[in-house]
Amino acid sequence: MLRQIEGSKAVAAAVAACRPQVVCAYPITPQTHIVEAIGAMAKSGELTGCRFINVESEFAAMSVAIGASATGARAYTATASQGLLFMIEAVYNAAGLGLPVVMTLANRAIGAPINIWNDHSDAMAVRDSGWVQLFAESNQEATDLHVQAFRLAEELSLPVMVCMDGYVLTHCTERVDVPTQQQVDAFLPPYQPRQALDPADPVTIGAMVGPEAFTEVRYLAHAKQLQALARIRDVADEFGEAFGRRSGGLLRTYRAEDAEVVVVALGSILGTIKDAVDELRDRGARVGVVGITSFRPFPLDAVRDALSHAERVVVLEKALAVGVGGIVSANVRMALAGIQLHGYTVIAGLGGRPITKASLRGLLADAAADRLEPLTFLDMDWDVVNRELERMGASRESGPHAENILRDVRSVAAGPV
Amino acid sequence: MSVRVEVSGLERAAARTVPARFQVRFHGRGGQGVVTAAELLSVAAFIEGRFAQAFPTFGSERAGAPVAAFCRISDTEIRTRAPVAAPDALVVQDATLLHQVDLFSGFGPGGYLLINTEQSFDDLGLGELVAGFSRDHLATVAATRLAQEHLGRPVPNAALLGGLAALSAVVSLESVLTAIRERFSGRVAEGNAAAAAAAYRVVTDEQEEVAAHAASD
Repeated sequence: MLRQIEGSKAVAAAVAACRPQVVCAYPITPQTHIVEAIGAMAKSGELTGCRFINVESEFAAMSVAIGASATGARAYTATASQGLLFMIEAVYNAAGLGLPVVMTLANRAIGAPINIWNDHSDAMAVRDSGWVQLFAESNQEATDLHVQAFRLAEELSLPVMVCMDGYVLTHCTERVDVPTQQQVDAFLPPYQPRQALDPADPVTIGAMVGPEAFTEVRYLAHAKQLQALARIRDVADEFGEAFGRRSGGLLRTYRAEDAEVVVVALGSILGTIKDAVDELRDRGARVGVVGITSFRPFPLDAVRDALSHAERVVVLEKALAVGVGGIVSANVRMALAGIQLHGYTVIAGLGGRPITKASLRGLLADAAADRLEPLTFLDMDWDVVNRELERMGASRESGPHAENILRDVRSVAAGPV
Repeated sequence: MSVRVEVSGLERAAARTVPARFQVRFHGRGGQGVVTAAELLSVAAFIEGRFAQAFPTFGSERAGAPVAAFCRISDTEIRTRAPVAAPDALVVQDATLLHQVDLFSGFGPGGYLLINTEQSFDDLGLGELVAGFSRDHLATVAATRLAQEHLGRPVPNAALLGGLAALSAVVSLESVLTAIRERFSGRVAEGNAAAAAAAYRVVTDEQEEVAAHAASD
């Protein structure tokens, strides 16, 4: 049903239509609207057959989801930022145990300095945990990905994380075709667990595995991720046939076929990039976009196919691997092994800094002219950075960076208005 | 008061001249319904069959802190997620922000300016700023007072949407009222709808006076 709806509420409606049996949550912005809405539906009776459990921490949220899933229940939770880090041990366990938990990650920066705004630091911190990670470009896609996520998770016995940009999507009200109960019921069969704890038929899940078999068990986790590549593509195709629109899949290209410069990115920034690309195309520049939906598993072959004709690849990413640079770009480079082209890593949008079309146009023009540094920080204020470096050089007791820089830019600690 | 909706949203949009793309920035303080205003405007545009996107800026989510929210309306799908840098209309829900926050960034003559105040632009110290504007793009409305009268609460957002519909015609009053009634129920819905309709009349009267003045000059 076509609705003008907040992203969080559209996702909540889609999750409810997936008939979760256990939803456990601990509030953390910018995820909170999602579980609040699901909680309200569980309380009002609109969502039946679901236990909504308020837990005492994110660690408990994922632990309860693991316990519920291990008994054969369809389990869902949501978190963001520090909340994800607090549950990280259980995040790895859900994947290692092969439990098909679905979790929304409302992407947000990680402190310190504390910052409630959007970037991809949280998702990147758990990229190798064994979860499938799907990134949504719009609220329509975020909504649709949840329906696909339950299907994928349960078919593969793997947990799936749907990443949607915090605030940018979660708090944006826009047009969404919200899947109906009938549509979801036709697409998502009831959960049939590969393994389930049952007092009538006792089994053990979560054995200790020593050196004699650990490598083999870990390899199976990798093999399942590789199997997931084909299923992610096929489930997206089946979703397209059933719902009449494209969502999900491994990656999507936009005007990339004959492009000399291709931007690679994840999530909601793709829309702004496409607008910038259209403007540059109107001026004759051959630019295009590759949007990666499935970051884990990483579609090496599809990325290679999509980029092998480009002369320059700009990977624009909303996270910084401190001490080395890009994360997505390291994966893209692996996909392009042996192919000679100019590759640039651009770090942008950290901690909620807006990425404007004007900045993107400038960036693409610089890339086309090979004026970019291999590691570029979009819209960085170097004067601010250099003044702090000078203060550090001038005094051993120069104090904390965050406070010094806030004083320098005369910002109030509360952030932008 | 009640307004019967007799035509479809699409017909309403077709009956007016609406720009293919229109961007609004709302400024106010936490607790004044700034985010809700942007969302309601997007719903009104959606009712008229258009694409719309509403989103807030986020800072300190405290009552009284400066807040801004954006609404884009378009005939085609909206892909950009960047904040609205150059608004076609600026709605100021709290005039005490005028000299505290850079409200007018990216906003120039040709845009629509609506301020919640009982004062004039000159009284507010904005005479110079608005001198280059077309007079029929400028309006003030005592939205807080109208909200207090009709709703019993000093929340000016719905009234300002009525004012914006009168000033810019980007959405019809009927669509604004429908959006309000979808969002709220009972007395809150009717109070907000009445405040919006009252502000619509105030701004329409203001505009007619301006037109009459212009004709007699």
